[in-house]
Amino acid sequence: MNAMTEARTRVTGDRVDVSAAPIMSVEGLSVGFDTPHGPVQAVDNVSWSIRKGETLGIIGESGSGKSVGLETIMGLITSPPARISGQVLLDGQDILSMPQRQRRQLRGDRMAMIFQDALAALNPSLTIGTQISEVYRIRRGASRQAALDKAVELMDQVKIPSARSRLKAYPHEFSGGMCQRVMIAMALAMDPEILIADEPTTALDVTVQRQIMDLLQEVRRERGMSLILVTHDLGVVAECADRAVVMYSGRMAETATMRDLFRTPSHPYTRALLQAMPRVDARLERLQAIPGTPPTLSHIPSGCAFRPRCTFAQPRCAEEKPELRMLAAEHSAACHFAEAIREETSHD
Amino acid sequence: MPYLVRRAGHSAIMLLVVVSFVFFAGRMIGDPAIVMLGASASDTALEQLRNNLGLNDPLLMQYFRYVGGLVQGDLGVSFRYGFAQMPAERFMDGGGTPVMGLVLARLPQTLYLAAVALGGALALALVMGCLAAMYPRSWIDHLVNVLSLASVSVVQFWLGLVLIVLFAVHLGWLPTGGYGSWYHVILPALALGARPLGRVAQVTRSAMLDEMARPYVAAARAKGLPEHRIVSVHALKNAGIPVVTITGDELVQLVTGAILVETVFGWPGIGHLLVEALNNRDLPVLQGAILAVATLVIVVNLLVDITYTYLNPKVSLSSREN
Repeated sequence: MNAMTEARTRVTGDRVDVSAAPIMSVEGLSVGFDTPHGPVQAVDNVSWSIRKGETLGIIGESGSGKSVGLETIMGLITSPPARISGQVLLDGQDILSMPQRQRRQLRGDRMAMIFQDALAALNPSLTIGTQISEVYRIRRGASRQAALDKAVELMDQVKIPSARSRLKAYPHEFSGGMCQRVMIAMALAMDPEILIADEPTTALDVTVQRQIMDLLQEVRRERGMSLILVTHDLGVVAECADRAVVMYSGRMAETATMRDLFRTPSHPYTRALLQAMPRVDARLERLQAIPGTPPTLSHIPSGCAFRPRCTFAQPRCAEEKPELRMLAAEHSAACHFAEAIREETSHD
Repeated sequence: MPYLVRRAGHSAIMLLVVVSFVFFAGRMIGDPAIVMLGASASDTALEQLRNNLGLNDPLLMQYFRYVGGLVQGDLGVSFRYGFAQMPAERFMDGGGTPVMGLVLARLPQTLYLAAVALGGALALALVMGCLAAMYPRSWIDHLVNVLSLASVSVVQFWLGLVLIVLFAVHLGWLPTGGYGSWYHVILPALALGARPLGRVAQVTRSAMLDEMARPYVAAARAKGLPEHRIVSVHALKNAGIPVVTITGDELVQLVTGAILVETVFGWPGIGHLLVEALNNRDLPVLQGAILAVATLVIVVNLLVDITYTYLNPKVSLSSREN
């Protein structure tokens, strides 16, 4: 346990108290929808938890249920129309069973979310100043001036230059990276304990991606905030996260500390993802693409959803859905052959 | 600001086009002297009227004189208004009623009626449209759909008559027509406001449905804003552009609709004046009333465009760059 803590401390450069109780835990969360093509299960029996100050990466291709699950946690997807089961515990209380009014109180204050396309997530016809300050003004009952001062403070924190003079600017006058900074400032206005970042850098240039990731890490560290980082980019997660959840087709494929995930990936999908990732520390002839495409949610293969693309697949995989099994402390995978694969990769 | 100046310039040009049209159309329908005095008038009377009005001058000169008069607020003189029978000697002394005074006396009533009709319709339509969009496919949505479809489809003067029969004749709650205290305005405003109510409610509903599905609404919810603020500030301001367009459109219809409704209810406005002038073959008053209506329409369009710049910051920015 100690060795692992140290390892993680080395990787991310700051400390997370792994013995602490999780600040939020998701237990058996499932989200389904009725579509014209029949019912689909976007999120299927997902469980994870996050501690104070921790960064949790959620990795998966598009359509793997990453965003739907988090939007359900935020209360942006509700039942009906969605069919939601499972629990999301915050301070031991299930927030999914709370009335809407109470859940709204949690948003902003306890948890906030930033989105992939920052320009679309900002209101085109309201000024930046209004959008950053309005929650603070309405929820905290602050005066207009006090709220604008708060907005300037937040804009300084997310390093928007000459903040005060840009209070009256509109989103279309900002670049993509600046819009993302505005959105981060907006999400931080109520001082949330958990920040959910849904692909925060996907729509940005590579150099700007770096700045935004650094900024997210910085505000997390300064505020002791927990960060849930959703991405399809393993590189981003490798640098920032303490632990990660790998999602495939709405289910959890694997969850582990970053160290374990990279050293001993135990699900064929995780392994394939790692092999598809460019590295500087290993000589590779060429990157290994994962054959095939992810299944559409309305046509998930029987048994293991990854089976058609899996190099380890056996007849058993078509009949039996693999359950998530614990392999070591903080390391679980949902594959019938997880132990064997783990064994194999640890000797590579 | 340059945008607004340029836009106001466009309006001025539009107004000049309308003025020219009114002038030349007035000349095209026949000899104004015969139109005013009737076919039975004597040649001497006609000739004297032509001289008095300068109708023997070249057309272009008459046109410039007309426009020059308009600039100074002179819409011409009516020789018919207020005279049941036409005393020919009236024209000879150059007497008559200034049209400007007539138009200005009627304009406030029309504006009052239009303001009540549109104000009420707009307020109700926005609430209806927002509610329908907040609860799509609910009973509220269906009710809004049925109500707005019905009020768009109904014919104004027919609705006016039905309202009179129901509320004035049968129930006796409201006067059948006329102008006076606040309750006189209720029935004509209902008749006039029904169409804009339906149209604006429909457009608001669909625009709000579009806006509520946009990512910025999810982001606003995610930061913990109360739903009423998301609907009434975030979404409504963006939905405002199509709503303002259709409102401007309806306001133009409202001005023309006022002609019928004012006639049905005996409401002393511009529309009523226009119909009277038509019946009396009173060309100067007719021209004045048409000009007043056209000016209203142009001013409404200008106001609509100014409202756009407020609703959509990109409009003013892009024009600043041009």
